[in-house]
Amino acid sequence: MTISWDGPEGNVLPVVTAPATVLSTVGDEVDPTDPAVVQLAADLVATMRVAPGCVGLAAPQVGVGVQLFAVDVSGHPKASTLHGTFVLCNAKIIEASRWKAGREGCMSVPDLTGDVKRAGRVVVAATLPGSGESVEIVTDAFEARALQHEIDHCAGKLFLDRVAGAHAIYQRKVYL
Amino acid sequence: MHELAITVIGPDRTGIVADVAEALAGVGANLTDSTMTRLRGHFTMTLICTGPTPAEASAALESLTGVVTEVREVAPEEDALAEGEPFVVSVHGADRLGIVAAVTRVVAGAGGNITDLSTRLTGTLYVIIAEVDLPGGSADELAERLAVAAAELGVEVTLRRAESEIL
Repeated sequence: MTISWDGPEGNVLPVVTAPATVLSTVGDEVDPTDPAVVQLAADLVATMRVAPGCVGLAAPQVGVGVQLFAVDVSGHPKASTLHGTFVLCNAKIIEASRWKAGREGCMSVPDLTGDVKRAGRVVVAATLPGSGESVEIVTDAFEARALQHEIDHCAGKLFLDRVAGAHAIYQRKVYL
Repeated sequence: MHELAITVIGPDRTGIVADVAEALAGVGANLTDSTMTRLRGHFTMTLICTGPTPAEASAALESLTGVVTEVREVAPEEDALAEGEPFVVSVHGADRLGIVAAVTRVVAGAGGNITDLSTRLTGTLYVIIAEVDLPGGSADELAERLAVAAAELGVEVTLRRAESEIL
């Protein structure tokens, strides 16, 4: 079974930056077979692809408070297991292990980065937009980090909510 | 609209941050960037705020007892994103005079701009952690120069890239 995105062409949407209520609101669950959800999935993929260095984008980041996100970490030096470009609905982490600190930033918080502990291996349960098929994704390394970051967005959390300490946020040095 | 740089230093106690912030809020000072830590038990807070005149801010802080405060008007600085590559320098070893001076001079000599720095002395162990923006491609040479300086000081030094992943 492949989870790769194989949907319609989407539209590039503007990215919302903090502070914004939608970024701090728990997203609603979606019906993965709803054509509007499939269109939004396509839009997330299109928007992710045009943003330099963007490896994931969640619906709240384009102003829609629902549990839907796109990920593609292909080619990233820290990636190990790869599932290509994919979009998940209503994703939940069901297993997490190998916790490791790393510095991360977010397109919706463009001027800061922060040290955040994330699991280096996760199992995620979700459904695919379009088919509505249930999937379980086992991944690690950078793809695991990206999934946790996007699932957080769908729960109304930013990396700022998980920063390791008072002196663990930084002005972003280089904007990709 | 005035931009003020304020430092507050004194014995640490519960509630002192709230007292400082409240005193400044009372004269309409809007805290922008600030940092606070305890240095050898001393409360130390450095902040930038906008709003009141230096005299108004100073008067507001006079209600705090037992602390040394300084209020100074500063020209607004552009909070520009640095062009360099972000690195972290870690140094640890037996305390002796001049470790910070020697290490940071080497960093400056390579064109590295230190953007955050913490040093701690605990027992005889001295530790420096510095965030540094380096000119592109200068890291290898700096690492070699730091190794030479560290050997002279008898301390350990590492230079590593502060990788941040944008998600």
